Amino acid sequence: MLTILFDGIAYGMLLFILAVGLAVTMGLMNFINLAHGAFAMAGGYITVLLMQKMGVPFLLCLPLAFLGPALLGAVLERTLYRPLYHKPHLDQVLFSIGLTFMAVASADYFIGSSQQLVQLPEWLKGRTEFGEGNWMLGMGHYRLFIIALCAALTLALQYVLTKTRFGSRLRAAVDDQRVAAGLGINVNAVFLGTFAVGSGLAGLGGALGAEVLGLDPSFPLKYMIYFLIVVAVGGTSSITGPLLAALLLGIADVAGKYYIPKLGGFIVYSLMIGILVWRPQGLFVRRGGK
Amino acid sequence: MTKAQDLLLKSARWKPWEYALWLLALAAPWLLSSHALIINEIAIVALFALSLDLILGYTGIVSLGHAAFFGMGAYSAALFAKLVMPDPLVGLLVALLASAVLGAICSATILRGSDLTRLMVTLGAGLILMELANQFDWLTGGADGLQGVVMGPLLGRFEFDLSGRTAACYSLGVLLLVFVLARHFVNSPFGATLKAIRDNRLRAMAIGIPVSRHLAVVYTAAAALAGAAGALLAQTTGFASLDVFEFHRSADVMLILVIGGAGWLYGGVIGAIVFKLMQDAISSITPEYWTFWIGLFLVLLVLVGRERLIRPWTWWGRA
Repeated sequence: MLTILFDGIAYGMLLFILAVGLAVTMGLMNFINLAHGAFAMAGGYITVLLMQKMGVPFLLCLPLAFLGPALLGAVLERTLYRPLYHKPHLDQVLFSIGLTFMAVASADYFIGSSQQLVQLPEWLKGRTEFGEGNWMLGMGHYRLFIIALCAALTLALQYVLTKTRFGSRLRAAVDDQRVAAGLGINVNAVFLGTFAVGSGLAGLGGALGAEVLGLDPSFPLKYMIYFLIVVAVGGTSSITGPLLAALLLGIADVAGKYYIPKLGGFIVYSLMIGILVWRPQGLFVRRGGK
Repeated sequence: MTKAQDLLLKSARWKPWEYALWLLALAAPWLLSSHALIINEIAIVALFALSLDLILGYTGIVSLGHAAFFGMGAYSAALFAKLVMPDPLVGLLVALLASAVLGAICSATILRGSDLTRLMVTLGAGLILMELANQFDWLTGGADGLQGVVMGPLLGRFEFDLSGRTAACYSLGVLLLVFVLARHFVNSPFGATLKAIRDNRLRAMAIGIPVSRHLAVVYTAAAALAGAAGALLAQTTGFASLDVFEFHRSADVMLILVIGGAGWLYGGVIGAIVFKLMQDAISSITPEYWTFWIGLFLVLLVLVGRERLIRPWTWWGRA
């Protein structure tokens, strides 16, 4: 049972890293970006291809999996996304679905539709067990690694958001774009930076998750709903909301699939609809925002 | 008749070209009898797009899960034909009712919240139904699809044959019937309140329109029509599979509506024709990667502007 909890937490942390960029960009620009999973897939493929074709060690791939999608995100933000911030949501949805379809078909064309595998280094492969019986806790080393890395990233993000100048600019821009711009904050630059970092984090999440979630060209469509759940349930005004939502989702999904495998994703989707009917703005909404 | 009344009723009146269009459409299975199968598909997709138009174009609800009702209609029609009786018209009614009930239940979830919330709950409803259809494999055949559906002859006389002419006529007939009804529906005072809700929900509420009730009604109606489209698909192909619930169906139908223009009943019909012909052409060149071109098309469509792409004479004017 503790093992399930542990796996759920690892899964949830992973989802958080994948979705946090989406939460921030959505809160910041009110832009519904369904193509977020495409950046995650890009990160995953960068890792897999670098490791398979060029033999780059796993740990070195992770920063690259961050940088590649971040660069891609910055370029796309400047060229394609920016004109759409003030368009209706229908336009944004159509645009990002189109982008996702293109990403899926391109990945299929260039890399092939088969499931890609990540060869983990030896020291991440094992498993440590504590206790016994019902309370046995089995910790996969890789999952432990994911939790540690994601926790560190979360703390770093929280620090940047609350303690640095960039963070306060970002928060100001989220609260009210026009007033922030009036105070001399270069809102466009803040958007660009945030979008790039968000895409980069998605890429990193994709690289870390290639082993846990699987990686094939349909990845952006398959996990789109999970990212959106995290954002919709967690709200977009802070990063603790999405974090809790991601943990909840991870634990519910792992536990649901373990105890009632027949129902599959049913539990998670019902839970989401229930929560959204009960609290349409998300579970953790800060009062006094926009 | 006063002038104001005349102006208001003008848009609701049938114009000569509309009669011509429908005559042409109904004659199509005979004129192009070798393409009856694709005509049938176009009619079904047009009906599906029409149903989405009621909620997206007229009421402004962005739904990514409209395939839920399409699939519900398809499965209920197929199951009804297999287990109860093979008459297509009764099956169509049953499917219509089943999807309407589902739509009425789901309409409770779309009343509150932002666009994102609605997007999520509609998407979630579609996924839940897909999971259910997959899990109840003793009833639905699971991932293999529901096989062995044998349809009886239409009206007791016309058999569904391989050439698809009966099927095409059947689908076109249903489409015409629904179109006429939908036209009345959107041009009625009720339809006007829907447009008011789309344009400004707060003001619509302030002038005394019961917003929640009207949203629920239109969502149920749209669900029923989507179910009818699904039923037509299941009946004319004699097959229902999990594919009817897939996400790409919801995305495709949205694209179809946008190609033809939302908030205009012919939008769905025109979009369906363009989309199906385009799909046919592109997938004969690159069968596997045609989603890429659809994606590219969507991106361009939005960047150029939905309104401008279907009006080429505005391309060289000022934006």
